[in-house]
Amino acid sequence: MKNVITIARKEFKAYFDSPIAYIFITAFLLLVNFLYLWAFFVVGQADIGSFFGVMPFIFMFLVPSITMRLWAEERKMGTLEVLLTLPIQGKEVVLGKFLASFLFLLVMLALTFNVPLLVGALGDPDWGMVICGYLGCLLLGASYLAIGLFASALSENQIVAFILAIAISAAMLIVGEWFFLMLVPDIFVPVFNYLGLGTHFESLGRGVVDTRDIIYYLSVIGVFIYLNINTVENRTWV
Amino acid sequence: MIKVDNLTKYYGPTLAVDSVSFEVQKGEVVGFLGPNAAGKTTTMRVITCYLKPTAGTVDVAGYDIHENPLEVRRRIGYLPENNPLYPEMNVVDYLSYIAELRQIPGAHRMKRIKEIIGITALGDVLHKDIGELSKGYKQRVGLAQAMVHDPEILIFDEPTSGLDPNQIIEIRQLIKEIGREKTIILSTHILPEVSATCSRVLIINDSRLIASGTTDELIKRAQGTEVLQVCVKGPEEEVFKALRAVEFVGEFRKIGGEPADEGTWLSLEIQSQGGDIREKIFKLVVEKNWSLRELKLEKMSLEQVFAKLTTA
Repeated sequence: MKNVITIARKEFKAYFDSPIAYIFITAFLLLVNFLYLWAFFVVGQADIGSFFGVMPFIFMFLVPSITMRLWAEERKMGTLEVLLTLPIQGKEVVLGKFLASFLFLLVMLALTFNVPLLVGALGDPDWGMVICGYLGCLLLGASYLAIGLFASALSENQIVAFILAIAISAAMLIVGEWFFLMLVPDIFVPVFNYLGLGTHFESLGRGVVDTRDIIYYLSVIGVFIYLNINTVENRTWV
Repeated sequence: MIKVDNLTKYYGPTLAVDSVSFEVQKGEVVGFLGPNAAGKTTTMRVITCYLKPTAGTVDVAGYDIHENPLEVRRRIGYLPENNPLYPEMNVVDYLSYIAELRQIPGAHRMKRIKEIIGITALGDVLHKDIGELSKGYKQRVGLAQAMVHDPEILIFDEPTSGLDPNQIIEIRQLIKEIGREKTIILSTHILPEVSATCSRVLIINDSRLIASGTTDELIKRAQGTEVLQVCVKGPEEEVFKALRAVEFVGEFRKIGGEPADEGTWLSLEIQSQGGDIREKIFKLVVEKNWSLRELKLEKMSLEQVFAKLTTA
């Protein structure tokens, strides 16, 4: 457990060593604020739901760019040969990197809190929805992180990792969306609906904390972390 | 201390290490010598538990790499080929990170890092980012990282690769000093390095261990016989006839002839079957009243041994 924190601390700091982190955060904040606020005064309602509604799609591109370097860079530079000959377990490294990227996501989301505050100053939003919305963002974001982290372990090349992460995330998102469900025979609809990343986000976005949704996200995170640990410990690449 | 038992490693269909077995005793400094792609790095990667072997096992200080990889890793300090480092971290942060992951307790950590910085002479570049350092300093950071937890065993993969001649001497000196108390395996394809730092040599070629012993043993074994370079002035036929009669003279051949005032200087290469026969040759020359200007016992160089063994 101690090692997980040591690694997380180093990886988290590493994010801020490069200008990329700042560029991403800025881009994300600009995008999120713009998307919500450009129609805000026209609509004239303290509806916080549409603020969260875009997150699944923004995350789908943003999160892979946060995770793409985590394993791919180490593979390319050969630093895994030092890291994995230390007396620590592969799973500690995986969890450490995951924790670091999660904290980074947390920082980014925390910085968006200006929007609910603005809405709160001008109107009376449903604060329950705000809390649930952020919870959903965290869970959804963490799922994307687990997927992206796993994808990063599959290649030396950060761009490949990025694309793979988007592909897997997109697949898992689309599976629950209406335009896909239309093409599926009726008996399977509830199954695929449940498997979709976006479905559970919407239900959380309504302000209801349903344990089914939480279990779903924790399962997705669990599965991809497990796959990640496996990829590292049973690697055939050097 | 380290016992490698029938180690075999395939990368897919390619055989990288073929049933290699050897032992390293405590306190030895052993050199892995071999051409590129011989299997040296792969062997080291298995010993350090970075890779799992296809077959065979390694015992390190009583711990098996399959059953107790964490214990094995605890006792080894490893400097991989190409010395991978994190360029964006600064030297102290990096050593601190490794020290922490090496489970060096907090109170002791700073003290130990200071010690290691002293040993590897990194004092001047402490607060620089690793990416800004010269190759020589980077190599020292790699060494520092390998030694920070004071391991009993050190494994260095081509520790002087890419360094300039001065830096090479410094690193070798450092390794020699560390070697006094630790068990070290280092790999190289620079032969003088082996003679300079190692007490024993393992020659690996084409995935197999083909020779093992001290430098002297290997030279003797490869050379087989002692060879003399002799340059004598005298009538050729007579010289040859007389030589054949000398005890212990084996095959010999003329490798050069230089005309002189009263005859020809004959350069001869004489193989001895009975050790050092220089005195016998000298006495022969005196007896026959020839002239002698070269009488040298040729020792096969390690380069020649290596070439002989790896190009067979």
